Amino acid sequence: MTWVEVVLRAVVILAAFLSLPLLVGQTEHKLMAHMQGRLGPMYAGGFHGWAQLVADGAKFVQKEDIVPAAADKRLFRLAPAIALIPYLVALATVPIHPGVAGLDVPASALLFLVATGVGALGTLVAGWASANKYALLGALRAAAQLISYELPIVLSLASVCLAGGSLSLLTLTDRWQPHWLLWQLPGALVFLVASVAELTRPPFDTPVADAELVMGPWTEYSGLRFAFFLLTEYAGIVVMALLLSALWLGGWHGPFSDTLGWLWTVLKAFAVAVLIIWMRVAWPRVRADQLQRLAWLVLVPVALAQLALTGVGVVMGW
Amino acid sequence: MSESNAAKDPSSRTRGKAPGILPGLLQGMVTTAKSALRPTHTAEYPHAEPTLPPRSRGVIALLEENCTSCMLCARECPDWCIYIDSHKETIPATTPGGRDRQRNVLDRFAIDFSLCMYCGICVEVCPFDALFWSPQFEYAEYDLRDLLHEKERLGGWMATVPPPPALDPAAAEPAEVTAANRPERGRP
Repeated sequence: MTWVEVVLRAVVILAAFLSLPLLVGQTEHKLMAHMQGRLGPMYAGGFHGWAQLVADGAKFVQKEDIVPAAADKRLFRLAPAIALIPYLVALATVPIHPGVAGLDVPASALLFLVATGVGALGTLVAGWASANKYALLGALRAAAQLISYELPIVLSLASVCLAGGSLSLLTLTDRWQPHWLLWQLPGALVFLVASVAELTRPPFDTPVADAELVMGPWTEYSGLRFAFFLLTEYAGIVVMALLLSALWLGGWHGPFSDTLGWLWTVLKAFAVAVLIIWMRVAWPRVRADQLQRLAWLVLVPVALAQLALTGVGVVMGW
Repeated sequence: MSESNAAKDPSSRTRGKAPGILPGLLQGMVTTAKSALRPTHTAEYPHAEPTLPPRSRGVIALLEENCTSCMLCARECPDWCIYIDSHKETIPATTPGGRDRQRNVLDRFAIDFSLCMYCGICVEVCPFDALFWSPQFEYAEYDLRDLLHEKERLGGWMATVPPPPALDPAAAEPAEVTAANRPERGRP
């Protein structure tokens, strides 16, 4: 791989990282509005408020960047980067097109898990460094939640790795077959629920429950750093939806996959993102204890059962 | 056992049976999807005129010709937001040997809408039908002091006063009609 190609890939990944979350965010604005009988943004940019998030970004840039006097200033400033950059790495590992992923390493599944795990750390650092009780409470809730839901994600991903016989996401998507849709369905559902929880999105948003904790770990943040946390959330949706689309929904597999493979991946991921948005609109917030019950009494057993089923399937040669 | 369960779960007493978790979640998704497919309720106000009910209390309009400067409205106003100045003019007698008459002439009639609480007592109390409710509401100002509107502005709002709503079918006939239909008094 020449250095030109490296730079080109990095630029493309960065562009996707900065634009796809905005697309998801705008979709959420409009879809949530219509599901609630509203119109949503209508004026920014002229046509149905398409530039609303661009305008929001311009606003965030102009805001004052406040660091509380009692905060651990270096960590406080660093936290958005700790939260944001791992998702950039995770995005790079996701296979998009036959033989194409931003970052093609042999054990990209492991790299993906490590990266998203570090991303969760950003929330904890933000809450701890803010020197604010709401932020601390939110961070502790987030810690409990992220630790609980990391396990179902790992187990469901392990199931696919077992089924495909590889740790490389590219190889896994390459070996995907339509009957995986049914075979790996429990694992897919576990991954969907656990990734929504991992992103602290509603209905699993107790760490940022605005009625109780103001904005949880992000309470003290303002301006661009706050915007980075929001970007993290939506980048997380993009990354998780892309991975779900690549591993469980077949990624580029579809008509004309040689030329339109990337489009299939993105379309499937968009459908998953819409589902994640829909869950936010339709369902109420889960209590902290219900959240733990769901993780340990439902998701982990289902994921383990899926792993066993996959093992049986691999031995039987499905 | 069953009794304690029934006591714990309030929905089982009120609704008969509670739907499980999964039907409930699906119901939420169906409901949101349905309302996403229906037309929205949003009225894009500055671009779409709102449909206001006919008795909307937007602003108080003044019909200057009807005002006799009797000051009833100013005195009844709970927060004293009506300002009236007037003077007397003498009308010379029209017939020789007749008596000169005097009438009030309105110099100033102003309502301070930064004080007005839109109670409508002035409209109610006016015996000469000089004050009316108008549904017009777009008179915001950047400065509070600019909300003191003089009689020219108040009179301008008369054009926006809707005609009075028709009487109910079973209502008593208006007082004017009753008075006009009253038989003339028999002369002794």
